[in-house]
Amino acid sequence: MSEHRCDITLTVNGETVAETVDARKTLVDFLRDDLILTGSHVGCEHGVCGACTVRVDGDVVRGCLMLAAQCNGARVETIEGVSDGGEIADLQTAFEQRNALQCGFCTPGMLLTAQELLASGQVPSREKIREQISGNYCRCTGYHAIVDAIESVAQARAGHKP
Amino acid sequence: MKIVEDSPPILTALDRPNSYIGRSVPRPNMARLMQGRAQYVSDVVLPRMAHVAFVRSPHAHARIESIDAAAARKAPGVIAVVTGPELAKVITPWVGVLTHLKGLKSAPQNAIAVDRACWAGEAVCAVVARSRAEAEDGCGLVEVEYEELQAVTDPETALDPKTPVIHPSIADNLCFERVHTAGDPDKGFAEADAVVETTFLFGRHTGVCNEPRAIVADWNPGDARLTVYQGTQAPHMMQNLFAKHLNLEEHQIRVVTKDVGGSFGIKVHTYADEMATVALSKLLKRPVKFVADRIESFVTDIHARDHRVKAKIGVKSDGTITAWEIDDLTGIGPYSVYPRTSGIEANQVVNLTGGPYTCGNYRARARVVFQNKNVMCQYRAVGHPIATAVTEGLIELAAAKIGMDPLEIRRRNLIADDAHPSQGPSGIKFEALSHHSSLAHLDSMMNYAGLRAEQEKLRKQGIYRGIGFASFVEVTNPSAAFYGVGGARISAQDGATVRLDGTGAIFCHTGVSEQGQGAEAVIAQCVATSFGVSMDRVRVIMGDTDNTPYGGGTWASRAAGIGGEAAWQAGKALRANVLAVAGSILQAKPETMDIRNGIVVDAATGAERIGLDEVARIAYFRPDTLPSGIQAELVATRHYVPRAWAFAFTNGIQASYLEVDTDSGFVKLLKHWCVEDCGTVINPQLVDEQVRGGVVQGIGAALFEHCLYDDRGQLLNGNMADYLVPMAVEMPDIEVGHVVTPTADSELGAKGAGEAGTAGAPGCVMNAINDALRPLGAAPLTDMPFTPDKILRALKRV
Amino acid sequence: MKPSPFAYAKAKSLDHAIELLARPDGEARLLAGGQSLIATLNLRLSAPKLLIDLNGIGGLAGIAVKNDMVEIGAMTRHAEAERSADIARHAPLIALALPHIGHAAIRNRGTLGGSIAFADPAAELPACLLALGGEIDIVGPTGKRTVQADDFFKGLFETALGPRDVLTAIRLPAAANDTRVGFAEFSRRHGDYAMVGLAACAQVDGKGLGDVRLAYFGVGNVPLRAKKAETRLTEGSIDDAVKALASDLDPSGDVQATGATKLHLAGVLLRRVATQLMEVRS
Ligand SMILES: Cc1cc2nc3c(=O)[nH]c(=O)nc-3n(C[C@H](O)[C@H](O)[C@H](O)COP(=O)(O)OP(=O)(O)OC[C@H]3O[C@@H](n4cnc5c(N)ncnc54)[C@H](O)[C@@H]3O)c2cc1C
Ligand code: FES
Ligand code: FES
Repeated sequence: MSEHRCDITLTVNGETVAETVDARKTLVDFLRDDLILTGSHVGCEHGVCGACTVRVDGDVVRGCLMLAAQCNGARVETIEGVSDGGEIADLQTAFEQRNALQCGFCTPGMLLTAQELLASGQVPSREKIREQISGNYCRCTGYHAIVDAIESVAQARAGHKP
Repeated sequence: MKIVEDSPPILTALDRPNSYIGRSVPRPNMARLMQGRAQYVSDVVLPRMAHVAFVRSPHAHARIESIDAAAARKAPGVIAVVTGPELAKVITPWVGVLTHLKGLKSAPQNAIAVDRACWAGEAVCAVVARSRAEAEDGCGLVEVEYEELQAVTDPETALDPKTPVIHPSIADNLCFERVHTAGDPDKGFAEADAVVETTFLFGRHTGVCNEPRAIVADWNPGDARLTVYQGTQAPHMMQNLFAKHLNLEEHQIRVVTKDVGGSFGIKVHTYADEMATVALSKLLKRPVKFVADRIESFVTDIHARDHRVKAKIGVKSDGTITAWEIDDLTGIGPYSVYPRTSGIEANQVVNLTGGPYTCGNYRARARVVFQNKNVMCQYRAVGHPIATAVTEGLIELAAAKIGMDPLEIRRRNLIADDAHPSQGPSGIKFEALSHHSSLAHLDSMMNYAGLRAEQEKLRKQGIYRGIGFASFVEVTNPSAAFYGVGGARISAQDGATVRLDGTGAIFCHTGVSEQGQGAEAVIAQCVATSFGVSMDRVRVIMGDTDNTPYGGGTWASRAAGIGGEAAWQAGKALRANVLAVAGSILQAKPETMDIRNGIVVDAATGAERIGLDEVARIAYFRPDTLPSGIQAELVATRHYVPRAWAFAFTNGIQASYLEVDTDSGFVKLLKHWCVEDCGTVINPQLVDEQVRGGVVQGIGAALFEHCLYDDRGQLLNGNMADYLVPMAVEMPDIEVGHVVTPTADSELGAKGAGEAGTAGAPGCVMNAINDALRPLGAAPLTDMPFTPDKILRALKRV
Repeated sequence: MKPSPFAYAKAKSLDHAIELLARPDGEARLLAGGQSLIATLNLRLSAPKLLIDLNGIGGLAGIAVKNDMVEIGAMTRHAEAERSADIARHAPLIALALPHIGHAAIRNRGTLGGSIAFADPAAELPACLLALGGEIDIVGPTGKRTVQADDFFKGLFETALGPRDVLTAIRLPAAANDTRVGFAEFSRRHGDYAMVGLAACAQVDGKGLGDVRLAYFGVGNVPLRAKKAETRLTEGSIDDAVKALASDLDPSGDVQATGATKLHLAGVLLRRVATQLMEVRS
């Protein structure tokens, strides 16, 4: 069956959601317009800025380069859910202490992307951290503070003393 | 943990008990931003809200022959299709001129082009629909017939008699010209032992705020009020402009600015599509939302720079600079942008060139010409990166020519730290600067001697590293001299209203606004300190013209220096009011008391007398118990505008260390340093991060960012894959240091810091590249951005 | 920008996908990782009537080594291949190339089949496949066929795939003990498509290199073999090989670099990659 409108059932931040969406609607627009989860942002809609980063079935993806229709049966997590669950509380504290955000528009995507690297449990080099966030555009900070914050969390999680 | 403060807290005369001044306290609004709970304009949804998309001219210059909207009107979801002439009945055109930029001229600009499109990207028709997607579908069905006109795209020939004049209503393509001579430049050049002459080119670039421009306009005919949610840097300015062009009273308009996803000067101008959105709401009597997508952002967000500067310096063999000369030509768009004009950047280039140095023999000319390209206007550090790169580029080329160390030539020419007040070659006035202390601080911070030794050693191994510098001055805390005297209704002063609530906490309403710089934190720090409560007892209200004192907003590095001082004074005033009430409750003299940490205390002993919650309780709920004739006034308002100096100039110096791969022409940035002096540092961490972010924007200009146009006026790389913004991997770590020279104009003594990084970085990186390549005999690179292509050509490898 | 309207269908099987491709009412497109396709839809650069999602079809993803060949299912994600021990061991050229593709989030969705089918002239994997002399499995309305990499890339974004074909797998010779590979590219920023890149493969034969295959990307409409340079390198002279590039390649300029710069950079890459090929493997 091919449809211009698609019925989808998925979990978003642990809650089951059943909606009918336009086939052309991207995942990030679905989250923002239909579920009013506006923590995922839209900066370019062509895959470059990373502001739309969300997790689908555990992997970070571009919310603007997936269709909502593709998410039938998927487990979607956004910054709202990941924040409320406490998974990145230490990373958020480090961002706050290090002033690793200014306007905050890139921040949800930046946090989720960083968490994917940190979840590996390694203590990455600054170069490796910069590589991991290489697809997340930040116009405000110049990146230095973001790298500091991520590095500090990697060290803290590995049990290093500050 | 790597989280360290880069600079120790700086003690000042502002030390009150529990002072927050000089402390790196975290900003209060960050949790919201990190949890996805912010509210950017793009997030705003209102009942009955419609979405607008625009049909934009594909031609740089074309007459609109006809618009057939019949199919679009019938398309699913489409509410209205509105052309320029139709919208012109609701909104009047504007002209971007300022009277103090003498002779500056421009033509009337409409919200939607009426008969002629003057750049590729100008809106020619609006489609309003239930959703953005349907509005775009509608746009695809609008048929516009154009008669293409010749596009003016080369600034060098814009004034030739053969070149068509873009606006028949004005005589030629010259928007503005300024000529300035000081001292005796001819004599200066005649006395020089060496003269260096070259041409610097600055590519057009743009702001690329992560959140594109967005606006939701809500005309409510029931209230006869227009509420505009807008990501703007200057809410009161926009209130005035909406009123003026929609034929409303200012009090009928409320501009609300919540979270803003970056601004950098992009969001401080009048945009035709935003004006159109507001007018459409008035026309359709319902909320209308416009969020620029990235592609239209590239062709409508103001562009900046795009200057060609022919420049010349004379020096004696002892390094003394004897004269400067510049000839600046810049091609703006078809209109001078309203209301700040597009003449300011060139004007600043004339003002700032040579600014840090003593040599006063100076000749300058700047011309601003119209082009059929997107409009240009003020973007972070307006004119500074150009003036600084020209000045600092000339100095390092001259130093190389006479065989002098680049720091040494600066030491011999920078205005002495004890020579203030002083002035720059253009006559700009400096209250107090610290060029030499800043240079000395940088020298030791970067271990200059060590790096030179390393550079020398590596050269023998065929590795080419370069060290470059840039001293700079930065305009901050502008008075009315910037815009007000030219007739623009842009507030130079700012106000703060502080109010005690019923529990002893305070609200501070301020006219400055927040786009991530930390204005909210700085205001809270100032008012908490001067009033005497902890920061968690302060709520800052900003970005709402219904609820804040009249103010200018946040631009030109003014929020902390001007808004902070108003908040500081308002906090003091409220403290006096509260102590007056406390005095009458306690039967004590108000002068003998103070407020510390939320408690009224005896000033001499610190003994606690009464809590603020108790003062508030009595004043609000049991005023009957106060002595007769005592009326508690638990709100205080203060305003501030700099009066003694037109601008609070700051200064600083940057250094870049980089490596050029001479085979590929690729540049690897190894490290960057900046020492800057913004006067009293209210929050060192916020200043450091402003500098870092600014430096990276400057590096973008030096190495990556360029709006490439073809000769028909088409932007060739208007998307984020082809227009290269700085990303994390290519950026260096950046060390920041401070020297503190407060301004005496305010009690706080704070100047601005928002643009210092962007001002110095491009010239500094340019100098470092040229330093790296000098032993290879490469022609100096002066054409930004420095792409591998250009570097290979300079090395004659291609 | 939002995409033009289209219908969406999730293919249940390969046959189902091919059947859906046959619809008469207009253009249908296969949707793999979507990392190129959805971006072009969002830009309204193309407006197909139907998207056929390959993501639900079983058996299209996975990496297997058999008969000295590495077979990679079309729907294998870049990230999955990056983590694969088989790829690291048996397809070291692919392993070298993968980290250069976009960014973590792109590689989590993008597929190897999609990269080959899309055939961006500046993309890494098509050149790798060409350098390795790999082959491409295609299933279409008339059944299954295999096309050699040398015959697959036809023109700008044009391949041997017909409008009703599905690319199902790529296959490449597993690296032997005497296989040497080299990879390098110049991109302005990490993860960008390359300005110029080079994927290379050779066999060490005695003291020299044999069967050298140099595949350039970012220098033409398709990934290109530099055949004269291959010969010169086999003969043992890097300098001559670099000189030969002038007749092998004729890149045109783009917004990042002129043709002359690209040709120069191709030479720089050749020196670097030749060094990699000649390195003694530990
Ligand atoms: C910011 C960004 C940076 C990127 N950088 C790079 C880079 O540096 N190098 C690089 O190589 N790529 C890069 N990419 C592209 C990425 O690798 C894509 O994923 C890839 O090119 C296409 O794979 P896909 O699975 O996403 O295909 P899709 O986008 O789903 O499809 C692409 C095209 O191939 C067709 N197609 C897909 N699968 C099949 C199949 N099995 N059979 C027949 N046709 C098929 C589709 O119909 C479509 O026309 C980048 C993308 C982005 C957004
Ligand atoms: S909005 Fe998705 S990457 Fe920019
Ligand atoms: S904080 Fe503004 S874009 Fe990163």
